[in-house]
Amino acid sequence: MSIGYVAVRLLQVIPSVLGIAVLNFALLHLAPGDAAEIIAAQSGGASKEFVEELRRSFGIDLPIYQQFFVYLGKLVSFDLGISNVQQRPVLELISERMPATLLLMLTSIGIAIVVGVLCGVVAAMRHRKWVDTCVSVLALLCYATPQFWLGLMLIVLFSVTLGVLPSGGMMTIGAQMGPFERALDIGRHLVLPALTLGLFYAAVYARLMRASMLEVYSSDFITTARAKGVSEGRISMKHAARNALLPVVTLGGVQIGHMLGGSILVETVFGWPGLGRLLFDGLLQRDLNLLLGILFISSILVVVCNLLVDLVYSLLDPRILAR
Amino acid sequence: MKGILHLWRRYRRNRGAVLGLVVLAAIVLAALFGPMIYTVDPFDMIGRPAQAPSARFPLGTDVTGRDMLAGLLHGARVSLLIGVAASVCATVIGVAVGAAAGYWGKTVDAVLMRLTDFFLTIPSFVLAVVIIAIFRPSLVSVMSAIAIVSWPPVARLARAEFMAHRDREYVQACRAMGMSDWRIAVRQILPNALPPVIVVSSLLVATAILTESGLSFLGLADPNVVSWGYMIGVGRTLLRTAWWMSAIPGIAILVTVLCINLVGEGLSDALNPKLQER
Repeated sequence: MSIGYVAVRLLQVIPSVLGIAVLNFALLHLAPGDAAEIIAAQSGGASKEFVEELRRSFGIDLPIYQQFFVYLGKLVSFDLGISNVQQRPVLELISERMPATLLLMLTSIGIAIVVGVLCGVVAAMRHRKWVDTCVSVLALLCYATPQFWLGLMLIVLFSVTLGVLPSGGMMTIGAQMGPFERALDIGRHLVLPALTLGLFYAAVYARLMRASMLEVYSSDFITTARAKGVSEGRISMKHAARNALLPVVTLGGVQIGHMLGGSILVETVFGWPGLGRLLFDGLLQRDLNLLLGILFISSILVVVCNLLVDLVYSLLDPRILAR
Repeated sequence: MKGILHLWRRYRRNRGAVLGLVVLAAIVLAALFGPMIYTVDPFDMIGRPAQAPSARFPLGTDVTGRDMLAGLLHGARVSLLIGVAASVCATVIGVAVGAAAGYWGKTVDAVLMRLTDFFLTIPSFVLAVVIIAIFRPSLVSVMSAIAIVSWPPVARLARAEFMAHRDREYVQACRAMGMSDWRIAVRQILPNALPPVIVVSSLLVATAILTESGLSFLGLADPNVVSWGYMIGVGRTLLRTAWWMSAIPGIAILVTVLCINLVGEGLSDALNPKLQER
C-alpha cells in the first residue's frame, strides 16, 4: 500500500464530508420555523423583539451563505448544537450512545459473515442438491422479512414462551455483579437483537457467496487444479472460497450505512440504548437538532468505515492499486 | 405480442417466479377489490379489544377493537401504492441521472457520479426518517423520502448501460443522420437499456415496502390511512398476551416482499437469458 494511494483516498473524504454538511444545512433550512421560533414557542410565547434577539444570537439574521460558513465552522469544531428538548450538547448525547450501537453492529456483522459465508460455500459445493435448495429458500425468506417484525417474533418465542432470554435492555438493572458476570449479562441481552439484525445480512452474504463461488468454479485455474488431481474439498476451501470472498468484503463495506438503518428499528424493538433508540426519542420529541446531529455523525461514520474497508481491501488485493 | 409470448415462455421456466406472480396477483386483487367486498371501516371500533380470530372477526380485533382483516386489506393498498410509486419515482430519477452521466461522460459523468456515490454513503433509513420528520408524515412525504434514498443503484446501472451503447454502430448511424442527442438517448438507447433497469426497479418495490413498514412502525406514517407497519406497531403493545396482532400484518409484508423478489428474479432470468445458467 503506497502512501500516495492513502493520501488520495484521504483527500476524497473531504468532498463527502462537505456534501454531508450541505445536506444537513439544507434540511435544517427546509424545516418549517427556525430555532428561534421553536425556543420562543417552548418558553410559552414571546414578544417579537425577543424572537429577533434570539435570531441575532443564533446568527439567523445573516445572509444564507454566511450562515452556512458559520454552520461549517461549528461542524469543524464538532459543535452540533444543543438538543432542543434535553438541553444538552448533541455530540455528548450521541457519544454516550455510540458504544452500544457499535457493539450491536459489530456482533451482527460477525454473525452475518460467519453464517452467510458458511451457508454460501456449502450451497455452492452442493450445487442443485437439497442443501443448496434449503439455503436458497431460507435466504429468500430472511431477505423478505421485516427486521423489526422478526425481532418481535423472536421475543415472543424466546422471552415470552420459552423464557430463556431477556426481551429488552442492555443489562439487568440494579443487579450487583462482577465484571465477568456483567459481560455475560450483556451478552445474554445481546443475543436476540444481534440475531435479528444479523440474519438479514447473513441471507445477503449467503446469496452473494454462493453466486461468487459458482463463478470462481467455472474459471480456468480451478479446472487446472482439478486436472492436477487436487481434491474437491481443497479446491473449494483453498482456491475458490478465498477468491469468492472478495465481493463479500466489498459489500460489507457498502452496507454499513444500510445496517445503521436496520439498527434503529432493532434498537427500538429491544430498547437497546444506542443511537437508534436516541433517534427514536428525538423523533417523538421533535428534536430537530438531535435528529440532524445523528444524521451527520452516522454519515461520517459510514465515510470513515468505507475508507477503512478500502484501505484493508487494497492490502488484500494488490490489483486495486494497479488500477 | 410475439415478444411477450416469448418472454413468458422463458419466465415460466422459473417455477418460483410463477408461484410468486400468482400469489402477488392475488394480493393485488385483494388490495383493489377487498375493501369493496369486505366493507368494514378499518378505523371503526366495532368489537371487544384484542380478540383472537373468530367467525365474526376472521383475523381478530386490535388493541382498540378495530377489525384486523379490514386493516390488512386497506393496508395492502397503502403498502403497494407507496412501494410502486416510490420505485417508479426512483427509477425515473435514476435513469435520468444515469443516462446523462453515461451518454455525455466526462465532467457531467464525474459530477453526477460523485452525487450518486454521496447518496449511497448517507445512511438511507436515517435520511428518510429525518426528511419525513421535517415535512410531517403523509403519503406524499413518505413516498418521496423513499424515492430520494433509493435511486442511486438505478443510476449506476443506467449509466453502465448507456456507456455500453453510446459508441455502438446504430448510435453512430443515428448521429450521422443528424438525430439530436436527446432523441438518440430517449428513442434509441433507452429501449435497449431498459431490461436490466426493469429488473432492478421491480426489486426496488420490495425494498420500498420494507422501508415503508419500518417507517410506519416508528410512527412515521400518514395518520389518515392504515398500513401494515403501523398495525405491527399497534399490536406490539400487547405482544405478550396477543402476539397474533403483530404476527399477522408481518406475515402479509413477508409474503408480499417475497413474491415481488421472486417475480424480480423471474424477470431477470427472462430478460437476461445469458445469466440464466446460475
